[in-house]
Order: sequence, then structure tokens, then C-alpha cells
Amino acid sequence: MAIRAWVRWLGGSYLAAIIGFLYLPILVMMAMAFNRSPLYQVPIVFDTIWFERLAGNEKLLGAAFNSVILAVANTIVATTLGTMTALGFARYRFRGRTVLQLLLFPPITIPWLIIGIAMLILFFWAGIGRGRHAVLLGHVALSLPYVIVVVGARLQSFGVALEEAAATLGATPWQVFWRVTAPLVAPGMVAAALFAFAVSFDQFVISYFLGAPGLNTLPVEIYAAIRKGFTPEINAVSTLIIVVSMGLMLLVARFYRFTGER
Amino acid sequence: MSTVDIIGVTKRYEAVVALDSVSLQIGEGEFFGLLGPSGSGKTTLLRAIAGFVQPDAGEIRVDGEDIRGKPVHRRDIGMVFQNYALFPHMAVFDNVAFGLSVRRRPQSEIRGAVERMLALVRLAGLEARRPSQLSGGQQQRVALARALVTHPRVLLLDEPLGALDKRLRQQMQIELRQIQREVGITTVFVTHDQEEALTLSDRIAIFNEGRAVQVGTPAEVYERPRTAFAAHFLGDANFFRGRLVGVADGVGRYRLPRGEMIDAPAGDAPPEAEAMLAVRPEKFSLTAAGPAPAAVAGANRLAGTVLQAVYSGSSTTYKIRADGAAADEEDLTVFEQNRAEQAFAPGERVDLVWSPAHTVVVEP
Repeated sequence: MAIRAWVRWLGGSYLAAIIGFLYLPILVMMAMAFNRSPLYQVPIVFDTIWFERLAGNEKLLGAAFNSVILAVANTIVATTLGTMTALGFARYRFRGRTVLQLLLFPPITIPWLIIGIAMLILFFWAGIGRGRHAVLLGHVALSLPYVIVVVGARLQSFGVALEEAAATLGATPWQVFWRVTAPLVAPGMVAAALFAFAVSFDQFVISYFLGAPGLNTLPVEIYAAIRKGFTPEINAVSTLIIVVSMGLMLLVARFYRFTGER
Repeated sequence: MSTVDIIGVTKRYEAVVALDSVSLQIGEGEFFGLLGPSGSGKTTLLRAIAGFVQPDAGEIRVDGEDIRGKPVHRRDIGMVFQNYALFPHMAVFDNVAFGLSVRRRPQSEIRGAVERMLALVRLAGLEARRPSQLSGGQQQRVALARALVTHPRVLLLDEPLGALDKRLRQQMQIELRQIQREVGITTVFVTHDQEEALTLSDRIAIFNEGRAVQVGTPAEVYERPRTAFAAHFLGDANFFRGRLVGVADGVGRYRLPRGEMIDAPAGDAPPEAEAMLAVRPEKFSLTAAGPAPAAVAGANRLAGTVLQAVYSGSSTTYKIRADGAAADEEDLTVFEQNRAEQAFAPGERVDLVWSPAHTVVVEP
């Protein structure tokens, strides 16, 4: 009995340590966003001065706007293309299918720095150059494997029998897709879209390499700002982003169970 | 009501021949069972009728019309899948309505048709439930209602009761048969459960290695199996090897390797032909060993020793070793209804007696 209590205590502390390790830095940063002192002095004196300053910082706000637009565009393009690819992998047999599926995984493990350099070289060689379009292209390429894997797992989970059943009942391929496949794969697509959004919104290296000068995304702008000298405005903008993205996650989690029906 | 004609249908998967020139005629309103072990081609044939498998050769005709070129959704079939394949994101009503809804029938018509179907399968009142909230038997009925609502020409059932427990399966067998008769739809169903095939089918085709090895009514196929495989797969069978030594009045006399004689319908086998004889376990009757077992007029008789007796309520299954049986020979299986006062214990000497009419010459 004593041993069991001890194991429970150990397990609880372990869990607490993990959660603390994940959230403590974020909490500290959020607290400092509301601290009047720019030098992290405690006790914290509550103030919203950094948010006010942020509201006047057009560079940072412009970069945030760029990032959101880019992430939304990336989400739409990557989720659409990735879902189509996942459907192809799951529902059709063709030559080279296995090889193609295996080729999905290396880009996830190759360091972004290397992929970024490789893309930069390719884009210059191919005449694509740098700029908004190049960054979007890079983000889509990076997000695709995630989307394909997530949507593919969802497709796998309900198998082909439901689509076959719909066909025997007289549904055309188009009706089968819209009435059976799409509704069932939707939770997977939402999860995949979140991944795609996150990959793009977090992305620094690719955006830094492929972006045209003066067209910064938020991570690139923050990096530039830090190099010039850290200001708590960064904490303020980060706090806003965390609140919005966590809210988004909770909202989605309320409407969809990623693990699927049943 | 429709007829289905399978004419010389062949399907190969690389080196494997899944269907080897199969021909079957299925009549109007018939309940036709495809029975066989897994990999025997029965499911491939069902899927070929549905349109999921394209045969390499042969024709599939429904009401005389060759349907090979038609895509699945224009074949006008109803199909019940092995695990029902109910749409998990739709309520029972929408599952059943699906076939009409994709045909863009008016709402009022759909409502009436779905209600009638759910009444037919005794599920009225469950329209709003999700499939996951139903029991296995209820899901099975929804799948059936969904398949029938469009009044298809042919109903295909892929192991329809395989996922149910035994008691429910027996109940659903009766219900399924009743509904099929009521609707009068030509039905083809796949099963590996021999009892299910015997209970449900008007006729059965036994499949082995891509071929339909025997087609007939359940009684025909059970009582007169044509091959050792058919005898063994549908029910139990004891086999004897013998040589035809004489024919009188259409009854052949076969000599077993140990010298005993067994009578069986002769057919048109040539004299001295080696033959395989099959006897169902319930055809024997057991008596305590009598004097000098010899060929009794009108009955076959063998002497043996009881090895094992397994009591199971209404009947007892005996394992019996025939006198002089070779070491590698299979022991005989005998079912006895527990009517006799006398039960036999292991070690007891018994005589097995059976009618020549219950002895079937089969192809090895």
C-alpha cells in the first residue's frame, strides 16, 4: 500500500514536471509582457505599456499580418493538395506508389536549414527567385508531408467499404466523395490544416531565406528585433499569438474529436 | 425479379487464378449460396457481380443483359457487407434513405419508403439513432433495409451474419429468409459457414480453388457430394477406399483393402476401378458387437472398437477404430442420437451398420 502511494506520488510529480517544463517559460513570458520594467525586475508591476507600444509598432504588426496571410494561404493550398494526394495513396494502386509514400518522410527529418538552402539554390536556378510566392511555395512543400500523413491516417481508419457501399446504392463517384468520403475525412482535414497553419506560422528559416528584403514574416521580424535589442514588445506580441492560437485549438477540439467516431 | 447468369467467368491475380471459368445460372427469386473456404473464389465472384472486380474472361448477365461494362453505381444491386459498412456519420434514417437520396427522389417518397423498409426489418422508431448506438443485429437489419430500399434487381450478401453470435445468427437466418421471400428478390450470398448455407439457400455452389465444384439444392449436395472435398467441406464425412468387384441391380460391391465388402450405388464406374466411398457420420447405427461381422443382405457392416465417446446432450459423437485399420488411417466418426438405452464406452466392441444408399462414391 505504501509503495502504491509512493508510485502515485512519483507519477504525479513526473506529470507536473513535464507540464511545468512546457508551460513555465510561456507563463514567465506572458507575465513579463504585463510588467512595467523592461529589465524583468520583480515584483511585477502591472502595466499594459508594452501592448500600447506594440499597437504603434507598424513593423511588427505588418509582419504579423504577413504571417497570418501567408499561413492562411499555405493552409488552404497544402490541405487541398495534401488531401488529394492522401486520397490517391489510399484509394488507388499505381506504379511507384510505395516509393512515393516512403519519400514523404525524409523531408520531415531533414533540418530546415538545409532544406531552406536547397530551395534557395533551386529557386534561383529555376528563375523563381525570392519573394512572397517563393515563401508560399516553400511552406507548402514543407507542410505537405504532414497533411498527407494526417489525412492518410484518417482515410485508413474507415477503409474502403463505406465508399463501396455507397456505390452499390447508386451513388456516382462524385456523390460518394461529397456524401461519404468528405464528411468522414473532415476531422482529419481540420487536424491537417492546423498542422499546415502551424508549420507556416512557426517557420523561420525558409521565410528568412526565400523572403524578399522588406517583406518579413513575424518570426523573421522578431529575430531582427532581437538582434537590435530585446524589448518587452516581443513578449506582448508573443502573448497575443499564444492566446489566439490556444483559443483556436480549444475551439477546434470542441467540434472535432481527432481520434474519430465511435 | 431477375435472373443472374455467370458464363465462364475467369479472374487471375498475377499467378493466382481466383476464378477459373465459373458458370452458374441463378433463377428468379432464388436464394443462392456460394460456399467455400477462404480464397476459394466465392467472394471474388460476388464482387464481380457487384462490379468491384472486372473478370478477365466470361460474361455476367442480369435478366439476359451483359453488365460487364456497367459501373457499380448503375448496376441496380443491393449489397450487405461483411461488417455492414453503415455510414457512421448518418442516422439510421439517412443510411436507409441514401439510395433514394442519391437518385434525387422527392422527400415525401423517401420518407414513406424508408418507413416501410424499417417496418419490414422491425426497426421502426430507431430512425434517429446513429449506427454506433445499435446492437449488431440491429445494424445488420439497417444494412439490409438500406440495400433493399431501392428495389434492386439483385441482392448480394457478403458473409451477412458472420459478425453475430450464434444464437442471434440463427434468429437472423430465419428473419433474413423471411424478408427475402416477402420481397421476392434474387439473392446471392457468400458464406463459409456450412450450416448457414444449408439453412438459407435454395441452391448452393461449393467453391474450391476458383471452381464451382458442385451446384445443387442443400439436400442434393449434402446427400450426394460429388467430390471428397465437397463431402468434407459441407458436413463431416468418413472415407473408405475400395475396388469395384461386382455390380448387381445397379448396386456395386467394393472390396476394402482388408477384404471387407461394402455396397454402394455403382454409377458407371468400370470393373476393378479404384473408388473413394463417403459415409456421413449420422448414417451409421451402432450395435454391440454381434457374431461374425459379415456382409449382411441389404446393409453394410463393419466391426470396430470405440476409442472415444463425446456426450453433447442430444447426441453423442464416437470415434471408432475399424478392425484391422492401418495405423495411418483416420478413425471413423459416428453421430448417434441419444435415443438408445445403450451408450458405448471407450474400449467396447461395436458393429457399424448402414445402408448402401447412404454410401456415396466420390471423386478423390
